[in-house]
Amino acid sequence: MTKDTHTIEASNLAKRFGDVVAVDSVTFDVRPGELFGFLGPNGAGKTTTINMLTGLARADTGSIRIGGIDCTDRPRAAQHLIGVVPDESNLYPELTGFENLCFCAALYGLGKADRQGRAKELLEGFGLTNAAGRKFSGYSRGMKRKLTIAAGIIHKPEILFLDEPTTGIDVASARQLRQLIADLHRAGTTIFLTTHYIEEAERLCGRIAFIVSGRIVRIDTVEHLIQPVQEKHVVQIACANMPDDIRDKLCGSFPGLEFTTQGQGLIRVESGEPVRVGPLVRFLEEQGGEVAEARRMRPSLEDIFVQITGIEADAMRKEKEKAGGGQ
Amino acid sequence: MKPWIAFWNILVKDMRTYYLKPPNISWGLIFPLAWTGMFFIKSGSGLESIMALLPGVVAVSILFGTTSMLAVTVTFEKKNRSFERLLLAPIPFELLMLAKTSGAILFGVANAFVPVVMAAFLADLSLIAWSVFVPAVFMIAVASTFLGLFIAVAVSEVFEAQTFSNFFRFPMIFLCGLFFPIEKLPVFLKPLSYALPLTYGADVLHGAVHGGHAMPFILDLSLLGAFCVGLFAVSLWNIKRKWIL
Repeated sequence: MTKDTHTIEASNLAKRFGDVVAVDSVTFDVRPGELFGFLGPNGAGKTTTINMLTGLARADTGSIRIGGIDCTDRPRAAQHLIGVVPDESNLYPELTGFENLCFCAALYGLGKADRQGRAKELLEGFGLTNAAGRKFSGYSRGMKRKLTIAAGIIHKPEILFLDEPTTGIDVASARQLRQLIADLHRAGTTIFLTTHYIEEAERLCGRIAFIVSGRIVRIDTVEHLIQPVQEKHVVQIACANMPDDIRDKLCGSFPGLEFTTQGQGLIRVESGEPVRVGPLVRFLEEQGGEVAEARRMRPSLEDIFVQITGIEADAMRKEKEKAGGGQ
Repeated sequence: MKPWIAFWNILVKDMRTYYLKPPNISWGLIFPLAWTGMFFIKSGSGLESIMALLPGVVAVSILFGTTSMLAVTVTFEKKNRSFERLLLAPIPFELLMLAKTSGAILFGVANAFVPVVMAAFLADLSLIAWSVFVPAVFMIAVASTFLGLFIAVAVSEVFEAQTFSNFFRFPMIFLCGLFFPIEKLPVFLKPLSYALPLTYGADVLHGAVHGGHAMPFILDLSLLGAFCVGLFAVSLWNIKRKWIL
């Protein structure tokens, strides 16, 4: 593989399940050493795309190249190059953590000494040494995710596919996993990451594709994606007892500002110029409102995601948490 | 990449995780014992009937042992998605499935020798043609395992696999000449008998144990081999079609 070769190239990928179009004309490439994010809501086509790239599903149309190998007609041709961490922890419940890792290493042809050494190294690196002798079925969710990631990199793959790695685990474990992902990226592994956590994608990824209803609606670097909103000034005000027509009143009184009411007594104020909070607070109190808090918001990828896809990030997160447990 | 490392470890893992578990070992012992007792009582004859019953009991032990286990190992792993780990391994698909079925084949062979060991205490086995008996046991185990694979791939739940496999297994007890000679079956059932792999395996076993066989051994074993290849090929095709969507 030369420096210029794209590590993953997907061109016009499409996949239907009966009448449902899961993936529709998806085209993108991932460069060597890149951490590429695939961001979208539940059912957007993220897992189907990963399955097609890793040989667990066949594309109806389109082409796939992994590490320069054409996998379009031979979906399993590049499996020696890749590691996969699926969206569910699917190791063997009857085996211990150590046995699971050794078994996964054996699937990639590692000799006994090598696989035992690598398993110990990863168990230590992931903070699971004390649980090495326990059956996988007795692990907590966070531990299961960590061991599943360890199993995905046991053979030191050039390319790692991570499908929703932090979904359904506690905040501390999620933070630890993000650190592990960042470390793998720094070590030179090309990573394809699907997530519905926008902050996670923003924090970890170099480039991001937004996928909605099976179609990629935007691909760019995080810097380029955020640029349009970075010039904006945003203030969020928490205010109780607001009259129903408060938005109209605010728009009439502050013509240079854009207002959005967000439910639960929140008002979002946007402007190309710095927003003066004092007059806004006074106005709201004159209207009978009780202002609890007013804070400047750092414009984020979430704003862009909402703008492009029309999907509220909160709704996406709640929907996923309902399906897979909270983070 | 050394594919044999993957092959060996899949086999060892399955043996440890599924086949060498106490419930399965006891199943392998109790089941042939129950069959032997049942037919022994039914025949109403003395110990001299053991040699006539042995081929059928051996064949049934292999058939039920292999098909039951494979339904669990493959269907269960497909259900909890750990089978995806195997599908992601960079080894040839055919080798992967052979590794996955090898444990069941060995389990079937081991089951076959349980009634043989029991019979050794009650009858003289010195006249058995072991050079024919052992290959026949192995071939029946392979064919039954691939039949189990075919069934496991066709369903999505473990209980469905058990139900579906009974659809094949119970008719085979009566149609394949295990305990009732095919010649005595109604004419319209005979073609069905010859469409089932166990018919040829049972014929070899009868020939090896007491000399009463209908077809030449080489023909029986060749047809059994053809069933093995056919069932394996159809199962692989089904996995690629149904599981690699």
